[in-house]
Amino acid sequence: MDIYREIILDNYNHPHNFGRILKPTVSSGQNNPSCGDDISMDIIVKNNLITDIKFHGLGCAISIASASLLTENVLGKNIDQINMMNKDDILKLLGITLTPTRLKCALLPLEVLHKTISLIQ
Amino acid sequence: MINIKSDFPIFRGQKDLVYLDSTATTLKSQSVINAVSDYYSNYSANVFRGVYKISEKATEEYEKAREKVANFIGAKVEEIIFLRNTTEALNLIYYSWAQNYIKKGDVVLTSIMEHHSNFVPWQQLCKQKGAEFKIFDIDENGKLILHKSLLTNVKLLALTHVSNVLGTINPVKEIIKQVRLANPNCVVVVDGAQAVPHMKINVVDLDCDFYCFSGHKMLGPTGIGVLWGKKILLDGMTPFNYGGEMISRVTVEKTDFKQIPYKFEAGTPHIAGAIALGTAIDYLSKIGMDKVRKHEIEITDYALKELSKVDKLKIYGPTLAVERGGVIAFTIEGIHPHDIAQILDSENICIRSGNQCAMPLHQKLGIAASARASFYIYTTKNDIDKLVLGLKKVIWTFTEK
Ligand SMILES: Cc1ncc(COP(=O)(O)O)c(C=O)c1O
Repeated sequence: MDIYREIILDNYNHPHNFGRILKPTVSSGQNNPSCGDDISMDIIVKNNLITDIKFHGLGCAISIASASLLTENVLGKNIDQINMMNKDDILKLLGITLTPTRLKCALLPLEVLHKTISLIQ
Repeated sequence: MINIKSDFPIFRGQKDLVYLDSTATTLKSQSVINAVSDYYSNYSANVFRGVYKISEKATEEYEKAREKVANFIGAKVEEIIFLRNTTEALNLIYYSWAQNYIKKGDVVLTSIMEHHSNFVPWQQLCKQKGAEFKIFDIDENGKLILHKSLLTNVKLLALTHVSNVLGTINPVKEIIKQVRLANPNCVVVVDGAQAVPHMKINVVDLDCDFYCFSGHKMLGPTGIGVLWGKKILLDGMTPFNYGGEMISRVTVEKTDFKQIPYKFEAGTPHIAGAIALGTAIDYLSKIGMDKVRKHEIEITDYALKELSKVDKLKIYGPTLAVERGGVIAFTIEGIHPHDIAQILDSENICIRSGNQCAMPLHQKLGIAASARASFYIYTTKNDIDKLVLGLKKVIWTFTEK
């Protein structure tokens, strides 16, 4: 299957929620040393809900598209729901199957998100 | 031009495979595969242990392989130590030589273009010992900037012969001369992983102290590599691993070790690997290393010209093919190397993407990752044409319609 579908390329060329939030509740980032992908997120949480989320960094089409689709998907969701999200949810969002190496790219944004919300006091 | 794809069975099964990752590991010739199979099929006995025929044969073939390696790099047979790979050879030097000889305040010199395996051990060594870690920088053409001031008080110089990213062929012989002039007792380690497979090497002529390379990057099997070292140094070093085959006498109170090379070859070695590395050397010698090098220059020259025509593509390293090995690292503006490699894969073209085990170099170049195409004796101009076509598809994929 061609992984460079329109949804991936669109989200790479014009990512949603790309940028910074001035006064986030929490932020954090992480990189994937094997390919140099580096994604950070800022989020605002109110009453256990994500009311704003933005990401920034460098990455391949898969990791950027994944971050774009993920941030869009979790906006308005509560933290417990997000903590339940896993690999299958990401693959569903992307609509593609991936080899193990590229799976790491796709999952990096979710890892960053989980890490970020774990920092909420 | 050499065209020998028919000697490599992988192309029988996959006729349209374009393999451009020989820097990572090379394909295997039928003769090398046969040598592995012959050992396991016909005389798969241990070496040095049996008096029966097939064990004697295994021992003989294993030692013949050592001779072939020695002749191939102009060394004495007893100075050839079989290990797993370049990484293990460098670590042996780190454990058995450097741990005992590098002290607080000593200077260890390496370069920014090293593979992690010839960088991390020395960086860690310096941290542990309180030694000074110094680094040759590179210029905009990916060549070492040989500042004389860096040569002062150097106790250990660890340098790659050919860069696995930039392709730069370092003037190792000249550098060694200079460093020895400044420090007669300096020990010089050369990482030859990307040199031995591609050009004629003579370790005596280079005048280094240690030279390391991997069999799998020169048609041989994975899991077999070589450390060459000067006898006088190897004799004075402590063993790396303890165990069988490396001892001459063991009592309850004490152990005497064997002479080199056996002192450093504890346990059952990769017998088939060593023998098949010998076969790989036979194969390369039959072609002739001068021809191997000439072929690589031709391919690299052609690739440099064709790739430089590709829009938004940036090539790293020296501009001339004669100044570099058969490897070209590049980036394309706006497209991540992983995506380049993945789309090329859909055309059956194999290239490497990532930091190529050289993160300090990529930091220096100001990029997180690169794409890398690399060549060997079976690479043809047709492969390069396919690569260029593939890259056009990559760019087209990422062009907004
Ligand atoms: C220059 C250089 N040094 C060292 C190595 C490490 O080789 P190995 O993985 O066989 O130990 C490589 C291989 O990637 C290399 O290109």
